[in-house]
Amino acid sequence: MLEIGTAFSAAFGLIIGLDADLIEIIALSLQVTLTAVLVACLIGFPLGALLAVGRFPMRNALVVLVNALMGLPPVVVGLGVYLMLSRAGPLGVLNLLYTPTAMVIAQTILVTPIIAALTRQVIEDMNIEYDELLRSMGTGRLSQMQTLLWDARYALVTAALAGLGRALAEVGAVMIVGGNINHVTRVMTTAIALETSKGELALALGLGIILMTLSIVLNATLMGFRRTAERMAYA
Amino acid sequence: MVLTAPLATLPLSAAEPFIIVQSTTSTQNSGLYDAILPLFTATSGIDVRVVAVGTGQAIKNARNCDGDVLLVHARASEQAFVADGAGVSRSDVMYNDFVLVGPADDPARLSDTTNVAEAFAALAQGETPFASRGDDSGTHKKEMSLWQNAHVDPTDASGAWYRETGSGMGATLNIAIGMNAYAMTDRATWIAFGNKSGHKIVFEGDEALFNQYGVIAVNPERCPAVKATEAKAFIDWLLSDAGQGAIGAYQRDGQQLFFPNAQK
Amino acid sequence: MLELVKAARPETDPLLTLDHVTLIRGGAAVLDALSLDITAGVITAIMGANGAGKSLAMRVMAGLIAPEAGQVRYAPDMRAPRDVSIVFQRPVLLRRSVRGNLRHALKVYGVPRNQRTRRLAELLELGRLGLIADTPARALSGGEQQRVAMVRALAAKPKLLLLDEPTASLDPQATQAIEQLMRKAADDGATVVIVTHDRGQAKRLAQDIRFMHRGKLVEKAPAKRFFDHPTSAAASAYLSGELFL
Repeated sequence: MLEIGTAFSAAFGLIIGLDADLIEIIALSLQVTLTAVLVACLIGFPLGALLAVGRFPMRNALVVLVNALMGLPPVVVGLGVYLMLSRAGPLGVLNLLYTPTAMVIAQTILVTPIIAALTRQVIEDMNIEYDELLRSMGTGRLSQMQTLLWDARYALVTAALAGLGRALAEVGAVMIVGGNINHVTRVMTTAIALETSKGELALALGLGIILMTLSIVLNATLMGFRRTAERMAYA
Repeated sequence: MVLTAPLATLPLSAAEPFIIVQSTTSTQNSGLYDAILPLFTATSGIDVRVVAVGTGQAIKNARNCDGDVLLVHARASEQAFVADGAGVSRSDVMYNDFVLVGPADDPARLSDTTNVAEAFAALAQGETPFASRGDDSGTHKKEMSLWQNAHVDPTDASGAWYRETGSGMGATLNIAIGMNAYAMTDRATWIAFGNKSGHKIVFEGDEALFNQYGVIAVNPERCPAVKATEAKAFIDWLLSDAGQGAIGAYQRDGQQLFFPNAQK
Repeated sequence: MLELVKAARPETDPLLTLDHVTLIRGGAAVLDALSLDITAGVITAIMGANGAGKSLAMRVMAGLIAPEAGQVRYAPDMRAPRDVSIVFQRPVLLRRSVRGNLRHALKVYGVPRNQRTRRLAELLELGRLGLIADTPARALSGGEQQRVAMVRALAAKPKLLLLDEPTASLDPQATQAIEQLMRKAADDGATVVIVTHDRGQAKRLAQDIRFMHRGKLVEKAPAKRFFDHPTSAAASAYLSGELFL
């Protein structure tokens, strides 16, 4: 039916050709995903630290909830965000549906639980070691969270990467809230879905290979950065 | 600073005017929009953003006011949309036709049948695998009416020879090819489809397979955010000689995919 | 400074009192209505066999563990935990440079920003840490790490310095460095409490001894008298190297 070789040559052709449309799609993918992961980190890191260090009612229930939300199906998130942002929905006046901002919102919701849950795990482990010391120094909870987050910063790169992988790979949410509009909200994954539905399987797979390459490069860069920085900081 | 930098470059609200058209995968996948929309944008300065989903979902989205124009192919649903007050008025734009595609050796011998009711009856009789959209799209609605005309209820055999994919046209064709099944598709999607493998058209030409596309402006009285002026400009253009000419001129592999038939 | 502290607080007025403190762990009382006081301005060694509850008592003193029953009372001018510093047997250093660890401590202890650089230099000097100031703290030797932990504890200018077997895993040289820092702290007016198994260390440093056995205080004495004539059976056995069950 289809040779893998054809897919690779399609991918190669796309890269060599480097046409404006492809660059636009890749750029939007990166822009949406990186923004979503950034926002998710800004929410997920403190939230994870709070769940690790904080002592408040329902904490355990919240931990279970956040862990469970890691498995949120993208389509469900997409539908939820669609219902909020639809002109018939409560936030319709913002006119955000079918814009990259809507895609960022959906991916942020998708990624935040992953980053928060992994952060909680990392911070909780580190706090076993730090807790007595920091309490003996008279550190408040907030300051304790800050100290732990800062000291765990290299481990948290991995949490961010897990979120990045999820955001870069998902199609269900961005398809619904972005609409896969050419030149406006078309990203790598929705383009792949579109080419597949057009029966252009080699092209779809070719785009998939580029997406994977992109993901490998991003991961390698961040992990490399983490290694080097970590060695400098605590050998 | 770090946060706002990536966000700032996102087109939060367009500087240039644009409209959102809720439409179907068949028109998008065939490449029609890529061919004709730039012509409209060049003359009007209005950008047209197409959200391509199944007809059923397109109508629902439009009912939620999430679009300025609806361009689909399911006349009964379109008329209901207007009758409910969700849309302003409906106009014929163009048509193409549906065809039945199947394995090259055509085990159910559809090519021997003389009308579409016979063809569907033959499918049911032979219990040969058939991949249905099963997604409440325009194509799916059309298919169900054709089964009804042939006095067959295929959903009795759902999961057996009748396979409801619940997916778009392209995905359904990929599945039909994967399991050597028959499928009903609009001609435009089939001609533009890149993964035909051994499949070919096994039945075509019956008038009952006629596939009419209609265009409706979303009612601004019901949906105040609708860009009524721009939407009207787009519909007027589609129905004008320029728009109709552009539709008629679009070809794929030397074949005309859509036939303009707006009322003068 | 030292004179002032002594004048203000006669020896009979304890800096810290544990009053019938009971701590339950695993269904058993590991501190059993423990009553114990710490005299201001001296170095006190808490001694006792393993499992006597010395380290737990110290954590109660530091306010790290709330006892099930009993009271912890500080002298009126003491604010816990601000005026209490504790150093653990195994130093817990942040994943930062030596400088970063001390800077963090100064910030937590509320030293004004414009004084931190000067204080940091003083602390590095005090711990003789200048040459390794920018080394990741966790890459240092055990002795160096404990020096950082000591200096960090002193950054708070504590009125009460608690030391939980701070030299138990160190060689004599490193031990000497820590003991010098302890003496310096005591000379500067801090009341020092050290949990130790090292009788030599207790003799070298302590004026006062508290001997614990099975979660209770069994002997309280000036150091010289304690080592010459222990009165309790448990302490006698401990000092003569016998097991007392």
